[in-house]
Amino acid sequence: MTATRRPISGGLAGRLAVLAVVLLAVMWMTPLLWIFAASFKPNDVLMVRTDGLLSPPFTLRNYQNLIGTSQLLRWLANSAIVSLGQTALVLALSSLAGYGFARTSFPGKRWVFGFVLAGLAVPEQATFIPLHRLFAGLALHNSYTALILPRLAAPFGVYLMTQYFKAIPRELEEAALLDNASRLKIFLRIVLPMSLPAQATLGIFSFLTAWNDYLWPLVSATRPDMYTLTVGLGSIQTVFAQSEGIGYLMAQAVFAGLPIFIVYLFFQKHIVAAVSGTTVG
Amino acid sequence: MTVPALPPTAVAAPAARPAHAVQRLTELPAPGEQRWANGLFVAPFLVIYLLLLVVPLVYGWWLSLRHADLLAGTSRFAGLDNYIELWRDSIFLGAVRNTGVFVVMTTPVFVILGLALALALNRPGLLAAALRAIFFGASVLSVTVVTLVWRLVMMPDRGLFANLWRGLGGEPVQPLSIEGLSLAVVAAVTVWWTIGLPMMLFLAGLQQIPRELYEAAALDSAGRWRTFVAITLPSLKRTVALVIVIEVVLQFQLFGQVWFLTLGGPNNSSRPIVQFVYEKGFREWQVGYAAASAQVLFTLMLVGILLQMWIARRREVSP
Repeated sequence: MTATRRPISGGLAGRLAVLAVVLLAVMWMTPLLWIFAASFKPNDVLMVRTDGLLSPPFTLRNYQNLIGTSQLLRWLANSAIVSLGQTALVLALSSLAGYGFARTSFPGKRWVFGFVLAGLAVPEQATFIPLHRLFAGLALHNSYTALILPRLAAPFGVYLMTQYFKAIPRELEEAALLDNASRLKIFLRIVLPMSLPAQATLGIFSFLTAWNDYLWPLVSATRPDMYTLTVGLGSIQTVFAQSEGIGYLMAQAVFAGLPIFIVYLFFQKHIVAAVSGTTVG
Repeated sequence: MTVPALPPTAVAAPAARPAHAVQRLTELPAPGEQRWANGLFVAPFLVIYLLLLVVPLVYGWWLSLRHADLLAGTSRFAGLDNYIELWRDSIFLGAVRNTGVFVVMTTPVFVILGLALALALNRPGLLAAALRAIFFGASVLSVTVVTLVWRLVMMPDRGLFANLWRGLGGEPVQPLSIEGLSLAVVAAVTVWWTIGLPMMLFLAGLQQIPRELYEAAALDSAGRWRTFVAITLPSLKRTVALVIVIEVVLQFQLFGQVWFLTLGGPNNSSRPIVQFVYEKGFREWQVGYAAASAQVLFTLMLVGILLQMWIARRREVSP
Protein backbone atom coordinates (compact mmCIF):
# COMPACT_ATOMS: atom_id res chain seq x y z
CA MET A 1 0.00 0.00 0.00
CA THR A 2 1.38 3.39 -0.86
CA ALA A 3 0.71 6.20 1.52
CA THR A 4 0.74 9.71 0.24
CA ARG A 5 -0.88 11.77 2.96
CA ARG A 6 0.62 12.35 6.32
CA PRO A 7 -1.84 13.58 8.97
CA ILE A 8 0.99 13.27 11.48
CA SER A 9 3.74 15.11 9.69
CA GLY A 10 7.40 15.36 10.66
CA GLY A 11 8.42 17.32 13.70
CA LEU A 12 9.08 16.13 17.20
CA ALA A 13 5.62 14.70 17.88
CA GLY A 14 5.69 12.79 14.63
CA ARG A 15 9.08 11.31 15.42
CA LEU A 16 8.00 10.31 18.91
CA ALA A 17 4.95 8.59 17.43
CA VAL A 18 7.16 6.64 15.05
CA LEU A 19 9.50 5.72 17.89
CA ALA A 20 6.57 4.45 19.97
CA VAL A 21 5.31 2.39 17.05
CA VAL A 22 8.78 0.94 16.45
CA LEU A 23 8.97 -0.14 20.10
CA LEU A 24 5.51 -1.67 19.82
CA ALA A 25 6.56 -3.50 16.64
CA VAL A 26 9.55 -4.97 18.47
CA MET A 27 7.19 -6.20 21.20
CA TRP A 28 4.94 -7.62 18.49
CA MET A 29 7.73 -9.63 16.94
CA THR A 30 9.42 -10.82 20.13
CA PRO A 31 7.32 -14.00 20.68
CA LEU A 32 7.92 -15.18 17.12
CA LEU A 33 11.64 -14.40 17.24
CA TRP A 34 11.98 -16.14 20.61
CA ILE A 35 10.33 -19.29 19.25
CA PHE A 36 12.44 -19.15 16.13
CA ALA A 37 15.69 -18.82 18.09
CA ALA A 38 14.75 -21.49 20.63
CA SER A 39 13.86 -23.99 17.90
CA PHE A 40 17.59 -24.24 17.13
CA LYS A 41 18.57 -25.11 20.72
CA PRO A 42 19.06 -28.67 21.99
CA ASN A 43 16.16 -30.01 24.02
CA ASP A 44 18.25 -30.84 27.07
CA VAL A 45 19.41 -27.21 27.26
CA LEU A 46 15.82 -25.97 26.92
CA MET A 47 14.76 -28.30 29.75
CA VAL A 48 16.98 -26.30 32.09
CA ARG A 49 16.74 -22.76 30.77
CA THR A 50 15.22 -20.87 27.86
CA ASP A 51 17.18 -17.64 28.07
CA GLY A 52 20.57 -16.96 26.51
CA LEU A 53 19.27 -18.22 23.18
CA LEU A 54 21.81 -16.42 21.05
CA SER A 55 24.84 -18.26 22.40
CA PRO A 56 25.80 -21.82 21.36
CA PRO A 57 25.14 -24.72 21.37
CA PHE A 58 22.85 -24.75 18.34
CA THR A 59 21.34 -27.76 16.67
CA LEU A 60 19.13 -28.79 13.76
CA ARG A 61 18.03 -31.85 15.69
CA ASN A 62 14.52 -30.52 16.35
CA TYR A 63 13.94 -30.11 12.63
CA GLN A 64 15.41 -33.52 11.83
CA ASN A 65 13.03 -35.10 14.34
CA LEU A 66 10.16 -33.29 12.74
CA ILE A 67 10.89 -34.66 9.27
CA GLY A 68 11.55 -38.14 10.60
CA THR A 69 8.85 -38.73 13.16
CA SER A 70 5.92 -36.39 12.66
CA GLN A 71 3.24 -36.28 10.00
CA LEU A 72 3.83 -32.60 9.38
CA LEU A 73 4.90 -33.12 5.76
CA ARG A 74 1.77 -35.14 5.08
CA TRP A 75 -0.37 -32.40 6.68
CA LEU A 76 1.44 -29.78 4.65
CA ALA A 77 0.61 -31.70 1.47
CA ASN A 78 -3.02 -32.08 2.56
CA SER A 79 -3.27 -28.34 3.22
CA ALA A 80 -1.76 -27.56 -0.17
CA ILE A 81 -4.10 -29.93 -2.02
CA VAL A 82 -7.20 -28.67 -0.20
CA SER A 83 -6.31 -24.98 -0.45
CA LEU A 84 -5.29 -25.05 -4.10
CA GLY A 85 -8.24 -27.23 -5.08
CA GLN A 86 -10.69 -25.05 -3.25
CA THR A 87 -9.18 -21.87 -4.71
CA ALA A 88 -9.30 -23.16 -8.29
CA LEU A 89 -12.92 -24.23 -7.94
CA VAL A 90 -13.97 -20.97 -6.23
CA LEU A 91 -12.39 -18.99 -9.08
CA ALA A 92 -14.10 -21.08 -11.77
CA LEU A 93 -17.56 -21.06 -10.14
CA SER A 94 -17.41 -17.38 -9.15
CA SER A 95 -16.19 -16.16 -12.52
CA LEU A 96 -18.89 -18.02 -14.41
CA ALA A 97 -21.65 -16.95 -12.06
CA GLY A 98 -20.32 -13.39 -11.77
CA TYR A 99 -20.36 -13.04 -15.56
CA GLY A 100 -23.86 -14.51 -15.73
CA PHE A 101 -25.17 -12.05 -13.16
CA ALA A 102 -23.27 -8.99 -14.39
CA ARG A 103 -23.55 -9.28 -18.14
CA THR A 104 -26.30 -11.60 -19.28
CA SER A 105 -29.98 -11.81 -18.72
CA PHE A 106 -32.13 -14.81 -17.99
CA PRO A 107 -35.57 -15.22 -16.47
CA GLY A 108 -35.62 -14.56 -12.73
CA LYS A 109 -32.08 -13.25 -12.62
CA ARG A 110 -32.79 -10.47 -10.14
CA TRP A 111 -34.52 -12.87 -7.78
CA VAL A 112 -31.73 -15.45 -8.02
CA PHE A 113 -29.06 -12.81 -7.38
CA GLY A 114 -30.83 -11.59 -4.26
CA PHE A 115 -31.21 -15.19 -3.11
CA VAL A 116 -27.46 -15.78 -3.52
CA LEU A 117 -26.49 -12.52 -1.79
CA ALA A 118 -28.61 -13.46 1.22
CA GLY A 119 -26.14 -16.31 1.75
CA LEU A 120 -23.46 -13.74 2.65
CA ALA A 121 -25.12 -13.49 6.03
CA VAL A 122 -24.83 -17.20 6.87
CA PRO A 123 -21.75 -17.99 8.98
CA GLU A 124 -20.18 -21.45 8.83
CA GLN A 125 -21.17 -22.08 12.44
CA ALA A 126 -24.82 -22.07 11.37
CA THR A 127 -24.37 -24.96 8.94
CA PHE A 128 -21.44 -27.08 10.09
CA ILE A 129 -23.46 -29.51 12.22
CA PRO A 130 -26.07 -30.33 9.55
CA LEU A 131 -23.29 -30.43 6.93
CA HIS A 132 -21.43 -32.92 9.09
CA ARG A 133 -24.53 -35.13 9.29
CA LEU A 134 -25.08 -34.93 5.51
CA PHE A 135 -21.46 -35.83 4.71
CA ALA A 136 -21.58 -38.63 7.30
CA GLY A 137 -24.70 -40.00 5.60
CA LEU A 138 -22.82 -40.10 2.31
CA ALA A 139 -19.71 -41.60 4.01
CA LEU A 140 -17.61 -38.75 2.63
CA HIS A 141 -15.65 -37.70 5.70
CA ASN A 142 -11.86 -38.05 5.77
CA SER A 143 -11.57 -37.25 2.10
CA TYR A 144 -10.34 -34.28 0.07
CA THR A 145 -13.83 -33.98 -1.37
CA ALA A 146 -15.28 -33.37 2.08
CA LEU A 147 -12.57 -30.89 2.98
CA ILE A 148 -12.95 -28.90 -0.24
CA LEU A 149 -16.67 -28.87 -1.01
CA PRO A 150 -18.47 -26.92 1.76
CA ARG A 151 -16.55 -23.63 1.32
CA LEU A 152 -17.47 -23.54 -2.37
CA ALA A 153 -21.00 -22.55 -1.40
CA ALA A 154 -19.92 -19.22 0.11
CA PRO A 155 -21.26 -16.47 -2.17
CA PHE A 156 -18.53 -13.91 -1.50
CA GLY A 157 -16.62 -14.79 -4.67
CA VAL A 158 -19.74 -14.47 -6.80
CA TYR A 159 -20.43 -11.08 -5.25
CA LEU A 160 -16.87 -9.88 -5.89
CA MET A 161 -16.74 -11.09 -9.50
CA THR A 162 -20.18 -9.69 -10.30
CA GLN A 163 -19.06 -6.26 -9.11
CA TYR A 164 -15.86 -6.54 -11.09
CA PHE A 165 -17.45 -7.64 -14.36
CA LYS A 166 -19.97 -4.83 -14.14
CA ALA A 167 -17.11 -2.33 -14.18
CA ILE A 168 -15.51 -3.68 -17.38
CA PRO A 169 -16.40 -1.56 -20.44
CA ARG A 170 -19.10 -3.15 -22.53
CA GLU A 171 -18.06 -1.92 -25.97
CA LEU A 172 -15.65 -4.83 -26.42
CA GLU A 173 -18.35 -7.35 -25.80
CA GLU A 174 -20.86 -5.59 -28.03
CA ALA A 175 -18.55 -5.73 -31.01
CA ALA A 176 -18.07 -9.46 -30.51
CA LEU A 177 -21.80 -10.01 -30.04
CA LEU A 178 -22.48 -8.31 -33.36
CA ASP A 179 -20.06 -10.77 -34.92
CA ASN A 180 -22.33 -13.50 -33.55
CA ALA A 181 -19.75 -14.88 -31.17
CA SER A 182 -21.28 -17.08 -28.49
CA ARG A 183 -21.61 -15.91 -24.95
CA LEU A 184 -19.20 -18.55 -23.70
CA LYS A 185 -16.63 -17.54 -26.28
CA ILE A 186 -16.92 -13.86 -25.30
CA PHE A 187 -16.52 -14.82 -21.67
CA LEU A 188 -13.46 -16.98 -22.24
CA ARG A 189 -11.68 -14.86 -24.84
CA ILE A 190 -12.51 -11.28 -23.85
CA VAL A 191 -13.88 -10.90 -20.34
CA LEU A 192 -11.91 -13.52 -18.42
CA PRO A 193 -8.47 -12.24 -19.44
CA MET A 194 -9.48 -8.74 -18.34
CA SER A 195 -10.43 -9.93 -14.88
CA LEU A 196 -6.98 -11.08 -13.74
CA PRO A 197 -6.64 -8.48 -10.93
CA ALA A 198 -9.94 -9.61 -9.42
CA GLN A 199 -8.93 -13.25 -9.89
CA ALA A 200 -5.74 -12.57 -7.96
CA THR A 201 -7.58 -10.89 -5.11
CA LEU A 202 -10.24 -13.58 -4.86
CA GLY A 203 -7.69 -16.34 -5.33
CA ILE A 204 -5.48 -15.17 -2.48
CA PHE A 205 -8.44 -14.56 -0.22
CA SER A 206 -9.77 -18.07 -0.92
CA PHE A 207 -6.36 -19.65 -0.46
CA LEU A 208 -5.77 -18.01 2.93
CA THR A 209 -9.27 -18.82 4.11
CA ALA A 210 -8.85 -22.47 3.12
CA TRP A 211 -5.33 -22.74 4.54
CA ASN A 212 -6.33 -21.35 7.93
CA ASP A 213 -9.79 -22.93 8.10
CA TYR A 214 -10.20 -24.74 11.38
CA LEU A 215 -13.76 -25.61 12.37
CA TRP A 216 -14.84 -27.70 9.37
CA PRO A 217 -11.56 -29.64 8.92
CA LEU A 218 -11.61 -30.34 12.67
CA VAL A 219 -14.96 -32.13 12.52
CA SER A 220 -14.60 -33.64 9.04
CA ALA A 221 -11.02 -34.97 9.07
CA THR A 222 -10.77 -37.29 12.07
CA ARG A 223 -8.05 -39.58 10.73
CA PRO A 224 -4.56 -38.15 11.38
CA ASP A 225 -3.45 -38.85 7.81
CA MET A 226 -6.25 -36.59 6.55
CA TYR A 227 -5.55 -33.67 8.90
CA THR A 228 -4.73 -30.33 7.38
CA LEU A 229 -1.74 -28.49 8.78
CA THR A 230 -3.98 -26.29 10.92
CA VAL A 231 -5.84 -29.24 12.43
CA GLY A 232 -2.68 -31.34 12.78
CA LEU A 233 -0.90 -28.59 14.65
CA GLY A 234 -3.91 -28.42 16.94
CA SER A 235 -3.76 -32.15 17.58
CA ILE A 236 -0.21 -32.00 18.92
CA GLN A 237 -1.29 -29.31 21.38
CA THR A 238 -3.89 -31.49 23.02
CA VAL A 239 -1.03 -33.66 24.23
CA PHE A 240 1.13 -30.64 25.02
CA ALA A 241 2.23 -31.92 28.43
CA GLN A 242 3.38 -35.34 27.24
CA SER A 243 5.15 -33.91 24.24
CA GLU A 244 8.76 -34.87 23.67
CA GLY A 245 10.61 -31.65 24.28
CA ILE A 246 9.73 -28.02 23.79
CA GLY A 247 12.43 -27.50 21.17
CA TYR A 248 10.55 -29.99 19.04
CA LEU A 249 7.27 -28.12 19.59
CA MET A 250 8.95 -24.85 18.64
CA ALA A 251 10.33 -26.36 15.44
CA GLN A 252 6.81 -27.53 14.57
CA ALA A 253 5.41 -24.04 15.15
CA VAL A 254 8.08 -22.55 12.89
CA PHE A 255 7.61 -25.24 10.25
CA ALA A 256 3.83 -24.80 10.22
CA GLY A 257 3.93 -21.02 10.14
CA LEU A 258 6.67 -20.58 7.57
CA PRO A 259 4.92 -21.63 4.31
CA ILE A 260 2.02 -19.23 4.73
CA PHE A 261 4.39 -16.50 5.89
CA ILE A 262 6.43 -16.89 2.70
CA VAL A 263 3.22 -16.69 0.68
CA TYR A 264 2.45 -13.50 2.59
CA LEU A 265 5.83 -11.92 1.81
CA PHE A 266 5.39 -12.66 -1.90
CA PHE A 267 1.81 -11.49 -2.23
CA GLN A 268 1.67 -8.81 0.45
CA LYS A 269 0.06 -6.18 -1.75
CA HIS A 270 -2.67 -8.51 -2.94
CA ILE A 271 -3.30 -9.95 0.50
CA VAL A 272 -3.77 -6.52 2.02
CA ALA A 273 -6.08 -5.60 -0.83
CA ALA A 274 -8.03 -8.82 -0.46
CA VAL A 275 -8.70 -8.41 3.25
CA SER A 276 -9.50 -4.71 3.05
CA GLY A 277 -11.97 -5.53 0.31
CA THR A 278 -10.38 -3.79 -2.63
CA THR A 279 -8.90 -5.04 -5.88
CA VAL A 280 -5.40 -4.20 -6.98
CA GLY A 281 -5.77 -2.96 -10.55
CA MET B 1 -5.36 -12.88 9.21
CA THR B 2 -8.05 -12.86 10.38
CA VAL B 3 -8.35 -13.55 7.20
CA PRO B 4 -8.76 -16.57 9.28
CA ALA B 5 -12.36 -16.90 10.17
CA LEU B 6 -13.19 -13.73 8.38
CA PRO B 7 -16.81 -13.96 7.30
CA PRO B 8 -17.12 -13.13 3.64
CA THR B 9 -19.45 -10.25 4.41
CA ALA B 10 -16.80 -8.54 6.44
CA VAL B 11 -14.74 -8.25 3.35
CA ALA B 12 -17.59 -7.54 1.02
CA ALA B 13 -18.57 -4.45 2.91
CA PRO B 14 -15.79 -2.02 2.11
CA ALA B 15 -15.73 -2.90 -1.59
CA ALA B 16 -13.90 -0.27 -3.53
CA ARG B 17 -16.02 -0.67 -6.59
CA PRO B 18 -19.39 0.94 -6.19
CA ALA B 19 -22.13 -1.64 -6.15
CA HIS B 20 -24.93 -0.81 -8.46
CA ALA B 21 -28.25 -1.63 -6.96
CA VAL B 22 -29.45 -5.10 -7.73
CA GLN B 23 -32.28 -3.68 -9.79
CA ARG B 24 -29.87 -2.01 -12.18
CA LEU B 25 -27.92 -5.04 -13.39
CA THR B 26 -26.76 -4.11 -16.83
CA GLU B 27 -28.09 -6.13 -19.72
CA LEU B 28 -26.91 -6.20 -23.26
CA PRO B 29 -29.54 -5.65 -25.91
CA ALA B 30 -27.88 -8.41 -27.84
CA PRO B 31 -29.04 -9.84 -31.12
CA GLY B 32 -30.35 -13.37 -30.81
CA GLU B 33 -29.86 -13.46 -27.04
CA GLN B 34 -30.64 -16.92 -25.66
CA ARG B 35 -32.15 -15.93 -22.41
CA TRP B 36 -32.56 -19.32 -20.73
CA ALA B 37 -29.15 -20.51 -21.90
CA ASN B 38 -27.51 -17.59 -20.09
CA GLY B 39 -28.66 -19.16 -16.86
CA LEU B 40 -26.08 -21.88 -17.46
CA PHE B 41 -23.38 -19.44 -16.36
CA VAL B 42 -24.79 -19.33 -12.84
CA ALA B 43 -26.08 -22.93 -12.74
CA PRO B 44 -22.91 -24.64 -11.44
CA PHE B 45 -22.57 -22.28 -8.51
CA LEU B 46 -26.30 -22.35 -7.85
CA VAL B 47 -26.34 -26.14 -7.51
CA ILE B 48 -23.45 -26.05 -5.01
CA TYR B 49 -25.08 -23.17 -3.15
CA LEU B 50 -28.38 -24.99 -2.84
CA LEU B 51 -26.87 -28.33 -1.80
CA LEU B 52 -24.17 -27.07 0.56
CA LEU B 53 -25.63 -23.90 2.05
CA VAL B 54 -29.39 -23.70 1.69
CA VAL B 55 -30.13 -27.37 2.38
CA PRO B 56 -27.83 -27.54 5.46
CA LEU B 57 -29.31 -24.31 6.80
CA VAL B 58 -32.85 -25.64 6.60
CA TYR B 59 -31.72 -29.06 7.87
CA GLY B 60 -30.13 -27.24 10.82
CA TRP B 61 -33.43 -25.58 11.69
CA TRP B 62 -35.16 -28.93 11.49
CA LEU B 63 -32.51 -30.59 13.66
CA SER B 64 -32.84 -27.86 16.27
CA LEU B 65 -36.48 -28.87 16.71
CA ARG B 66 -35.59 -32.47 17.52
CA HIS B 67 -34.15 -34.47 20.37
CA ALA B 68 -31.41 -36.06 18.30
CA ASP B 69 -28.88 -38.01 20.36
CA LEU B 70 -26.35 -39.88 18.24
CA LEU B 71 -24.91 -41.87 21.16
CA ALA B 72 -28.31 -43.23 22.17
CA GLY B 73 -29.33 -43.42 18.54
CA THR B 74 -32.63 -41.68 19.22
CA SER B 75 -34.31 -38.86 17.35
CA ARG B 76 -37.80 -37.50 17.91
CA PHE B 77 -39.66 -34.26 17.45
CA ALA B 78 -39.12 -31.86 20.34
CA GLY B 79 -40.76 -28.63 19.31
CA LEU B 80 -39.04 -25.75 21.01
CA ASP B 81 -37.77 -27.90 23.90
CA ASN B 82 -34.12 -27.43 22.93
CA TYR B 83 -34.44 -23.66 22.93
CA ILE B 84 -36.24 -23.68 26.28
CA GLU B 85 -33.57 -25.94 27.71
CA LEU B 86 -30.84 -23.59 26.43
CA TRP B 87 -32.55 -20.73 28.19
CA ARG B 88 -32.19 -22.68 31.46
CA ASP B 89 -28.73 -24.07 30.80
CA SER B 90 -26.32 -22.17 33.03
CA ILE B 91 -23.30 -23.34 31.01
CA PHE B 92 -24.85 -21.99 27.81
CA LEU B 93 -25.83 -18.71 29.45
CA GLY B 94 -22.28 -18.50 30.79
CA ALA B 95 -20.96 -19.05 27.26
CA VAL B 96 -23.19 -16.26 25.93
CA ARG B 97 -21.93 -13.99 28.70
CA ASN B 98 -18.27 -14.93 28.11
CA THR B 99 -18.66 -14.28 24.39
CA GLY B 100 -20.27 -10.92 25.09
CA VAL B 101 -17.54 -9.96 27.56
CA PHE B 102 -14.91 -10.98 25.02
CA VAL B 103 -16.51 -8.88 22.28
CA VAL B 104 -16.76 -5.89 24.63
CA MET B 105 -13.14 -6.32 25.74
CA THR B 106 -11.61 -6.64 22.26
CA THR B 107 -13.65 -4.36 19.99
CA PRO B 108 -12.60 -1.01 21.55
CA VAL B 109 -8.96 -2.13 21.49
CA PHE B 110 -9.23 -3.02 17.79
CA VAL B 111 -10.77 0.36 17.02
CA ILE B 112 -8.40 2.53 19.08
CA LEU B 113 -5.15 0.65 18.50
CA GLY B 114 -6.03 0.03 14.83
CA LEU B 115 -6.70 3.73 14.30
CA ALA B 116 -3.57 4.78 16.20
CA LEU B 117 -1.36 2.47 14.14
CA ALA B 118 -2.99 3.60 10.90
CA LEU B 119 -2.44 7.26 11.78
CA ALA B 120 1.20 6.67 12.67
CA LEU B 121 1.89 4.50 9.62
CA ASN B 122 -0.03 6.43 6.96
CA ARG B 123 3.13 7.77 5.38
CA PRO B 124 5.43 6.83 2.52
CA GLY B 125 8.78 5.24 3.05
CA LEU B 126 10.35 1.89 3.76
CA LEU B 127 10.17 2.12 7.55
CA ALA B 128 6.41 2.64 7.58
CA ALA B 129 5.96 -0.14 5.02
CA ALA B 130 8.02 -2.53 7.12
CA LEU B 131 6.08 -1.64 10.27
CA ARG B 132 2.76 -2.14 8.49
CA ALA B 133 4.00 -5.54 7.33
CA ILE B 134 4.99 -6.50 10.89
CA PHE B 135 1.65 -5.59 12.45
CA PHE B 136 -0.28 -7.30 9.68
CA GLY B 137 2.02 -10.31 9.43
CA ALA B 138 0.65 -12.33 12.33
CA SER B 139 -2.80 -12.23 10.72
CA VAL B 140 -1.79 -14.76 8.07
CA LEU B 141 -0.89 -17.38 10.66
CA SER B 142 -3.52 -19.99 11.42
CA VAL B 143 -5.09 -20.15 14.84
CA THR B 144 -3.21 -23.28 15.88
CA VAL B 145 0.18 -21.76 15.07
CA VAL B 146 -0.78 -18.71 17.13
CA THR B 147 -1.89 -20.76 20.13
CA LEU B 148 1.17 -23.01 19.99
CA VAL B 149 3.44 -19.94 19.94
CA TRP B 150 1.64 -18.36 22.88
CA ARG B 151 1.46 -21.54 24.93
CA LEU B 152 5.22 -21.80 24.64
CA VAL B 153 5.67 -18.09 25.40
CA MET B 154 3.46 -18.45 28.49
CA MET B 155 4.91 -21.72 29.81
CA PRO B 156 4.77 -21.32 33.59
CA ASP B 157 8.41 -22.11 34.39
CA ARG B 158 10.46 -21.68 31.23
CA GLY B 159 8.38 -19.47 28.94
CA LEU B 160 9.45 -16.09 27.62
CA PHE B 161 7.11 -14.35 30.06
CA ALA B 162 8.32 -16.41 32.99
CA ASN B 163 11.88 -15.42 32.12
CA LEU B 164 11.03 -11.73 31.90
CA TRP B 165 8.85 -11.90 35.01
CA ARG B 166 11.59 -13.58 36.99
CA GLY B 167 14.02 -10.96 35.73
CA LEU B 168 11.74 -8.36 37.28
CA GLY B 169 11.72 -10.32 40.53
CA GLY B 170 8.19 -11.68 40.29
CA GLU B 171 6.86 -14.96 41.65
CA PRO B 172 5.90 -17.58 39.02
CA VAL B 173 2.31 -17.08 37.77
CA GLN B 174 0.00 -18.89 35.38
CA PRO B 175 -2.32 -16.19 34.01
CA LEU B 176 -4.25 -18.74 31.93
CA SER B 177 -5.38 -20.60 35.04
CA ILE B 178 -6.65 -17.59 36.93
CA GLU B 179 -10.39 -17.15 36.78
CA GLY B 180 -11.21 -13.65 35.58
CA LEU B 181 -7.85 -13.30 33.88
CA SER B 182 -7.80 -16.15 31.38
CA LEU B 183 -10.34 -14.58 29.01
CA ALA B 184 -8.38 -11.30 29.10
CA VAL B 185 -5.22 -13.18 28.13
CA VAL B 186 -7.10 -14.79 25.23
CA ALA B 187 -8.24 -11.28 24.24
CA ALA B 188 -4.66 -10.00 24.29
CA VAL B 189 -3.48 -12.89 22.12
CA THR B 190 -6.37 -12.22 19.73
CA VAL B 191 -5.40 -8.55 19.43
CA TRP B 192 -1.78 -9.55 18.78
CA TRP B 193 -2.99 -11.93 16.10
CA THR B 194 -5.51 -9.83 14.18
CA ILE B 195 -4.77 -6.14 14.73
CA GLY B 196 -3.69 -6.00 11.06
CA LEU B 197 -7.21 -6.03 9.67
CA PRO B 198 -8.57 -2.91 11.46
CA MET B 199 -5.24 -1.15 10.83
CA MET B 200 -5.54 -1.81 7.09
CA LEU B 201 -9.20 -0.78 7.01
CA PHE B 202 -8.33 2.50 8.74
CA LEU B 203 -5.40 3.06 6.36
CA ALA B 204 -7.77 2.57 3.41
CA GLY B 205 -10.16 5.05 5.06
CA LEU B 206 -7.40 7.62 5.59
CA GLN B 207 -6.38 7.37 1.95
CA GLN B 208 -9.87 8.32 0.89
CA ILE B 209 -9.91 11.64 2.74
CA PRO B 210 -9.54 14.37 0.09
CA ARG B 211 -6.18 16.10 0.34
CA GLU B 212 -7.85 19.50 -0.13
CA LEU B 213 -9.37 19.23 3.34
CA TYR B 214 -5.91 19.09 4.91
CA GLU B 215 -4.64 21.89 2.69
CA ALA B 216 -7.52 24.07 3.76
CA ALA B 217 -6.79 23.28 7.39
CA ALA B 218 -3.14 24.14 6.86
CA LEU B 219 -4.14 27.50 5.34
CA ASP B 220 -6.19 28.17 8.46
CA SER B 221 -3.05 27.19 10.38
CA ALA B 222 -5.05 24.70 12.37
CA GLY B 223 -2.98 22.68 14.84
CA ARG B 224 -2.42 18.97 14.55
CA TRP B 225 -4.97 18.04 17.19
CA ARG B 226 -7.54 20.45 15.78
CA THR B 227 -7.03 19.01 12.28
CA PHE B 228 -7.47 15.50 13.65
CA VAL B 229 -10.69 16.35 15.48
CA ALA B 230 -12.16 18.57 12.78
CA ILE B 231 -11.20 16.66 9.66
CA THR B 232 -9.73 13.19 10.16
CA LEU B 233 -12.18 11.82 12.73
CA PRO B 234 -15.39 13.01 11.00
CA SER B 235 -14.12 11.66 7.67
CA LEU B 236 -13.48 8.27 9.28
CA LYS B 237 -16.89 7.99 10.90
CA ARG B 238 -18.07 5.27 8.53
CA THR B 239 -14.81 3.34 8.75
CA VAL B 240 -15.06 3.38 12.54
CA ALA B 241 -18.60 2.02 12.33
CA LEU B 242 -17.51 -0.58 9.82
CA VAL B 243 -14.58 -1.75 11.95
CA ILE B 244 -16.82 -2.00 15.01
CA VAL B 245 -19.35 -4.16 13.21
CA ILE B 246 -16.73 -6.37 11.53
CA GLU B 247 -14.97 -6.95 14.83
CA VAL B 248 -18.19 -7.71 16.69
CA VAL B 249 -19.11 -10.31 14.07
CA LEU B 250 -15.59 -11.79 13.99
CA GLN B 251 -15.11 -11.95 17.74
CA PHE B 252 -18.49 -13.61 18.19
CA GLN B 253 -16.93 -16.58 16.41
CA LEU B 254 -14.24 -17.00 19.07
CA PHE B 255 -13.24 -20.64 19.39
CA GLY B 256 -9.76 -21.85 18.46
CA GLN B 257 -7.80 -19.52 20.74
CA VAL B 258 -9.85 -20.59 23.76
CA TRP B 259 -9.88 -24.25 22.78
CA PHE B 260 -6.08 -24.46 22.92
CA LEU B 261 -5.20 -21.84 25.51
CA THR B 262 -7.76 -22.45 28.28
CA LEU B 263 -10.18 -25.16 27.11
CA GLY B 264 -12.91 -22.85 28.38
CA GLY B 265 -11.59 -22.81 31.92
CA PRO B 266 -10.88 -22.28 34.66
CA ASN B 267 -14.33 -23.12 35.96
CA ASN B 268 -16.04 -22.37 32.58
CA SER B 269 -14.98 -18.74 32.87
CA SER B 270 -13.72 -18.52 29.27
CA ARG B 271 -15.95 -20.94 27.35
CA PRO B 272 -17.44 -19.19 24.25
CA ILE B 273 -20.64 -20.12 22.38
CA VAL B 274 -18.87 -21.89 19.49
CA GLN B 275 -17.06 -24.15 21.96
CA PHE B 276 -20.42 -24.98 23.55
CA VAL B 277 -21.82 -25.87 20.13
CA TYR B 278 -18.79 -27.98 19.29
CA GLU B 279 -18.80 -29.85 22.61
CA LYS B 280 -22.53 -30.61 22.50
CA GLY B 281 -22.39 -31.67 18.86
CA PHE B 282 -19.09 -33.53 18.63
CA ARG B 283 -18.22 -34.60 22.16
CA GLU B 284 -21.62 -35.42 23.61
CA TRP B 285 -23.29 -36.01 20.21
CA GLN B 286 -26.49 -34.22 21.21
CA VAL B 287 -26.94 -32.99 17.68
CA GLY B 288 -30.38 -31.41 18.08
CA TYR B 289 -29.34 -29.44 21.13
CA ALA B 290 -26.10 -28.35 19.44
CA ALA B 291 -27.99 -27.25 16.34
CA ALA B 292 -30.33 -25.16 18.48
CA SER B 293 -27.41 -23.43 20.21
CA ALA B 294 -25.85 -22.78 16.78
CA GLN B 295 -29.10 -21.09 15.71
CA VAL B 296 -28.93 -18.79 18.73
CA LEU B 297 -25.35 -17.85 17.78
CA PHE B 298 -26.47 -17.30 14.17
CA THR B 299 -29.27 -15.00 15.30
CA LEU B 300 -26.92 -12.95 17.46
CA MET B 301 -24.47 -12.62 14.59
CA LEU B 302 -27.19 -11.86 12.06
CA VAL B 303 -28.02 -8.69 13.92
CA GLY B 304 -24.40 -7.63 13.55
CA ILE B 305 -24.18 -8.65 9.90
CA LEU B 306 -27.38 -6.84 8.91
CA LEU B 307 -26.01 -3.74 10.58
CA GLN B 308 -22.80 -4.16 8.60
CA MET B 309 -24.65 -4.53 5.29
CA TRP B 310 -26.62 -1.43 6.09
CA ILE B 311 -23.42 0.52 6.65
CA ALA B 312 -21.86 -0.92 3.49
CA ARG B 313 -24.91 0.18 1.53
CA ARG B 314 -24.59 3.69 2.85
CA ARG B 315 -20.93 3.68 1.87
CA GLU B 316 -21.81 2.66 -1.65
CA VAL B 317 -24.49 5.27 -2.10
CA SER B 318 -22.20 8.12 -1.18
CA PRO B 319 -19.55 9.11 -3.70
